[in-house]
Amino acid sequence: MTAVIEVAGLTKSFGRTRALDGLDLTVAAGEVHGFLGPNGSGKTTTIRVLLGLIRAGGGSARLLGGDPWAEATTLHRRLAYVPGDVTLWPNLSGGEVIDLLARLRGGVDEKRKLALLEKFELDPATKSRSYSKGNRQKVALVAALSSGAELLILDEPTSGLDPLMEAAFRECVDEERQAGRTVLLSSHILSEVEALCDRVTIIRAGRTVDSGALADLRHLSRTSVRAELDQPPDGLDGLPGVHDLEIAGNRVSCQVDDRVLPEVLRRLAAAGVRSLVSQPPTLEELFLRHYTGPS
Amino acid sequence: MTAVAARARRPGGGSASRGRAGLAGTAALISLGLRRDRIFLPVWLYIFAGSIGSTGYSFRHLYTSLAERLSLIASVQHDPSVLALSGPVSGTSAGSLVAWKVLVTASAAAGLMGILTVVRHTRDDEEQGRLELVGAAAVGRQASLAAGLTVAFGSSLALIPLLAAVQVVLGYPFAGALALGAAVALSGCVFAAVAAVCAQLTVSARTARGLAVAVLGVAFLLRAVGDSASGASWLRWASPLGWAEQMQVYASPRWSVGVLFVVAAAALAGCAAQLAAHRDLGAGLLPARAGRPQAAGWLRSPLALAWRLQHGALLGWAAGFALAGAVFGSAARGIGPMLNTSAQARQMFIRLGGHSGLLDAYLAAVIAVMGVAAAGYAVAAVLWLHGEESERRAEPVLAAPVGRVRWAGSHLLVAAVGSAALLVLGGLAMALGDGLTSGGVGTQVPRLAGAGLAQVPAAWVMAGVAVALWGLVPRAAVATAWSALGLAALITVLGPAVRLAQAVLDVSPFTHIPKLPGAPVTATPLAWLIAVAVVLAVAGLAGFRRRDLL
Repeated sequence: MTAVIEVAGLTKSFGRTRALDGLDLTVAAGEVHGFLGPNGSGKTTTIRVLLGLIRAGGGSARLLGGDPWAEATTLHRRLAYVPGDVTLWPNLSGGEVIDLLARLRGGVDEKRKLALLEKFELDPATKSRSYSKGNRQKVALVAALSSGAELLILDEPTSGLDPLMEAAFRECVDEERQAGRTVLLSSHILSEVEALCDRVTIIRAGRTVDSGALADLRHLSRTSVRAELDQPPDGLDGLPGVHDLEIAGNRVSCQVDDRVLPEVLRRLAAAGVRSLVSQPPTLEELFLRHYTGPS
Repeated sequence: MTAVAARARRPGGGSASRGRAGLAGTAALISLGLRRDRIFLPVWLYIFAGSIGSTGYSFRHLYTSLAERLSLIASVQHDPSVLALSGPVSGTSAGSLVAWKVLVTASAAAGLMGILTVVRHTRDDEEQGRLELVGAAAVGRQASLAAGLTVAFGSSLALIPLLAAVQVVLGYPFAGALALGAAVALSGCVFAAVAAVCAQLTVSARTARGLAVAVLGVAFLLRAVGDSASGASWLRWASPLGWAEQMQVYASPRWSVGVLFVVAAAALAGCAAQLAAHRDLGAGLLPARAGRPQAAGWLRSPLALAWRLQHGALLGWAAGFALAGAVFGSAARGIGPMLNTSAQARQMFIRLGGHSGLLDAYLAAVIAVMGVAAAGYAVAAVLWLHGEESERRAEPVLAAPVGRVRWAGSHLLVAAVGSAALLVLGGLAMALGDGLTSGGVGTQVPRLAGAGLAQVPAAWVMAGVAVALWGLVPRAAVATAWSALGLAALITVLGPAVRLAQAVLDVSPFTHIPKLPGAPVTATPLAWLIAVAVVLAVAGLAGFRRRDLL
């Protein structure tokens, strides 16, 4: 697999604020890569560096095998971008914006454009000043998704969309994946990343804290276990790998590291299990773990 | 929208209580409005006081004797172009001359101030969604309208004591000074109320502003026709600006005319309040015009986009240049006798316009002012780049395969070609205006179009300054570019009159432009100015290529 985006040790400061502090990000060709972090963690700054809109302070950034700053114009032929906060020209209609952006990139795929307009239920004849945030986002999405570019850079693309439109968006990303295109999807909406992404990079305060396939990241985490027993359990307290243990009479809840799961289950079974709920960690829990610990 | 629906469903009490509820929060909005306008309004008031004060001061010294005044009045009283511009002189005192010179312009300017203030605080807030923010608080449906009108009326009425005081200090009689202040202020109120109605009609603040300004323009036109065409004098009464004249402020003030203003303002404000009470937040009575579902075939490059975005503004400027050129051009032949009555006024024009005959000096002076105005257009067009960048609209274009220089260059091309076109157009309009009254269109067209063209390099230098500032110090660009233009304009227009040192005069690019028509044409300074403009633009573009986007 070749890397479409290779960022290593990227730094960027604005005055005294250090927006990026040694960020690493690798996106392989053909994958949908989630780029996760809370607001203000440096996602948009990274993307603006990748687009050559701002210059990297230190470290290296490669995009589609080229230098994102020096070769910006030629590289942009091969990508499409949806900004996080879409601002449009107030007196241009959505249709005009979509056509203009497509033509700057080489041409309009009318059929795909019309299909997307229908899918997102967007009226292209409305002037941009009358669009809501969600509709402005749809304009940018239709322009990007109809471009056929080999790389899509989407900065929190669904933050203004309603759930129905989010579903439409997910279908579109799936189509892109099947067509072999690469997608970098920045988000702080965890369910979206869980549903769409092959791999994720989690950043915090301008630094990468974790990166890998979702399955691997889950492996790092814990399983949450809740059980109702015949009698209070024995020997769970103090067992290494068991966290947040709460025992209230016959009820038990705790977080369990995967390696001690067999041992925990054995001890629960010994106390007689009436009911048992165990859940894989949600990305929310992953997130909490990565963002609540010391940096 | 849901908030509106919820509010609409709220069971209403009697109409009296509903009326009061509609105004809830008005006081808070007024103080918010005054706070937001704490620079805007004082600057306006200062400009009014300053320009009326300086006119009053200079007329005291230009036309001291009754004979001088009578000769001026005789020369302007039968000239249709002067009548169209300033109306007739009522009375023979120095005060009457001041009123003749400033009243129409000041009343129209007060109208403009009222329009801008009202739209800013009503439709603009609504369109930007700020009103939704305060509307969700305990603020009544008509509160923003009431607050906007109060701020506009208040600031307009503040002109009464201000203008009266300025004139009384200069030695003009109290009653006339008060009447002049009242005429200006009440005109402001009427047009503020016009704007309040317009703001209810359209969805976009820009359209509301345009509509109200169009009403102001029609009012000016009705008055101009009424004053200059024989047999149409009744048209004066169709225009608030005509009422202002009819107050005959320094002759024998007709206070009863003031009632017209009050009735009109009250009727319009009441109408706006009715409209505001019966519409949804964000909606207008006139439907928002739909756009094109597809882009026109030519909209396929950064240059096409720059034109698509900027052409409306350019057309507006062009209309202004054409109108100003035609008016000043047709007034040119009337200016001679007027200037002959005052040696000082003549001196003023010669200093600004050069020595070759009074007519040419006048034309050159007008074209010099047009040069400064065209530079203003060019700076605004260049700073469009700053707006596109800071509002993040540059991003989608620059994230497409469009180089930075190509993107910036397309807006610069609009600025450069647009400013040149404006100056040629202004010159042509002057040539037509003057030529049609004097019968010399053929000779004046090349002279005045050329004189306009000669101003272009100076306008480009100011545009170049703006490019350099934007490229190198983007955050400070807007303020510094306008300050630079303001400084150059001040040096150009006032410098010769107050006899600034040549070294200071030379700072302004306009100083280096030959005073055409009339003066000999020298290419060297023009070539130098173009070179300076190019160097500045290149420096700015180089800076922009190397820096981060805002």
